[in-house]
Amino acid sequence: MSAVTQDTAVSTGRATRAFLYLVLILFALFYLLPLYVMGVNSLKPLPEITGGNMMALPQTWTLDPWRSAWSTAQIGVEPTGLKPYFLNSILMVVPAVAISTIVGALNGYVLTKWRFRGDTWVFGLMLFSCFIPFQIVLIPMAVVLGKLGLAGSVPGLILVHVVYGIGFTTLYFRNYYASFPTELIRAAQIDGAGFFRIFWRILLPVSGPIAVVSVIWQFTNIWNDFLFGVSFGGTSQPMTVALNNLVQSSTGVKEYNVHFAGAILAALPTLFVYIVAGRYFVRGLMAGSVKG
Amino acid sequence: MATTEADFRTTLQDWLPKLVLAPSFAVTLLFVYGFILFTVVLSFTGSKMLPKYDWVGFENYQKLFALPAWNTAIVNIAIFATLYIVICTLIGLMLAIFLDQKIRGEGVLRPIYLYPMALSFIVTGTAWKWFLDPGIGLEKIMHLWGWESFSFTWIKDGEMALYTIVIAAVWQTSGFVMAMFLAGLRGIDNEILKAAQIDGASNWQLYRRIVIPLLRPAFLSAFVILSHLAIKSYDLVIALTGGGPGRATEMPATFMYSYTFTRNQMGIGASSAVIMLMTIAAIMVPYLYAELKEKKA
Repeated sequence: MSAVTQDTAVSTGRATRAFLYLVLILFALFYLLPLYVMGVNSLKPLPEITGGNMMALPQTWTLDPWRSAWSTAQIGVEPTGLKPYFLNSILMVVPAVAISTIVGALNGYVLTKWRFRGDTWVFGLMLFSCFIPFQIVLIPMAVVLGKLGLAGSVPGLILVHVVYGIGFTTLYFRNYYASFPTELIRAAQIDGAGFFRIFWRILLPVSGPIAVVSVIWQFTNIWNDFLFGVSFGGTSQPMTVALNNLVQSSTGVKEYNVHFAGAILAALPTLFVYIVAGRYFVRGLMAGSVKG
Repeated sequence: MATTEADFRTTLQDWLPKLVLAPSFAVTLLFVYGFILFTVVLSFTGSKMLPKYDWVGFENYQKLFALPAWNTAIVNIAIFATLYIVICTLIGLMLAIFLDQKIRGEGVLRPIYLYPMALSFIVTGTAWKWFLDPGIGLEKIMHLWGWESFSFTWIKDGEMALYTIVIAAVWQTSGFVMAMFLAGLRGIDNEILKAAQIDGASNWQLYRRIVIPLLRPAFLSAFVILSHLAIKSYDLVIALTGGGPGRATEMPATFMYSYTFTRNQMGIGASSAVIMLMTIAAIMVPYLYAELKEKKA
């Protein structure tokens, strides 16, 4: 094994390596298990689940559970399926991610390249807001959304997610821009470039990786949010709330296959983003949040 | 005329950064700190279904700590948070160290470990709820595979249901912790390790004496992120057990929601939220303060 250059300079024997692979593969199976269970059981007729083995592949393959979950399943009192709630989530998540990422980029730029007295305090106050338990703002938020006439609407949810998302996006961009040489900014300033011009021409072109990190983070968090959705969703509930209503409904036969299909539907957008851009996740961790 | 215009432009350039930051700061002050203040005020009032402003002093807090449901919630969160943080850290550290040994297929394994983090707790809860259900899930699978005496009824058992939440939560976040440790490991200078090896250090000593102490920042980040996730845990409990069976898996987050919005005890709900905030602040404020101070130095 010594012929192989080790990343860590640690050398391991043949038996140890076999053990490492065994453990790593067993954990991979553990992480994949729920996905497998959801996948195979969403393609079975219900009796195959209630009367058969959950781990077995379907004997009769069927897409009916998916059709039902998407368009006909009973959500609350209406047999609408998850479709309208999926659209609610899209309408909520796209503007919320875009706004919070743009605002975070500008904030990070100001906090690193245009520093002023007390900027650390401003940042500290914004940063702490990322970590509050949202229970502390639920009651006032319900009152304020009611007063603004935004209770139970998609714009109301967008507002909530932007407000409680900018702390994180600011953190990402601030840490990322902190390592960008300030001399370049000063040089551009001397050449007569203004605030927005510097941002647009110098910082934005190098912001790709951190923008991806911010978008992934915000998209995942907002799409997956349940607490705000269930508290302020009203008639515009997002996907997570609808899925919970579907699974927890106590009336009629429990259609496990439909529940699993619904769960995958709720997971698909974030899984897709993760598969397409997941490597930025680790890169972003190294670039920003670990040293945050 | 030309000079005043130039002055104006310079002044504008001076103020522009602050103007750009101002809306975010104002929103934070109002929606975070203003709202916190509002909830604190409510916790000292006799609010029931709607906010009322009759001062009752510490009555809500006294009632809160006399409630069996709240005491169950506190015991549960303590057990849950401890197990969740410890197990996630151990699994995350182990997987990161193992993966860092020039493993073939790291590129396949890493995303598999991490993907649960991309899922909603409601999805995770749904998957584990039915997989752990004795009627259709694990117990039945084992019976069908011939292990007739196998019994796994934790999710229906008041004593054990809490641990099913630990399983699902660990499943969801341990990969994320792995990624944090892996990033830390990859940041360690190889020369230090080689030097120690030349001095005759064994692999075990190498990790125990050098690598793990160097990972201190990653441990701290993991602890902070996990404890904050644990205290906030609401969705997973709702999806997996709904706080049951009975009250067995009640947590502060589920308590706050049900007392405020379904039992119309807003004053008590607000006081429970204040306790949750104080707990998180006790962990987060020193951490953030140290981080920011370090940056300044």
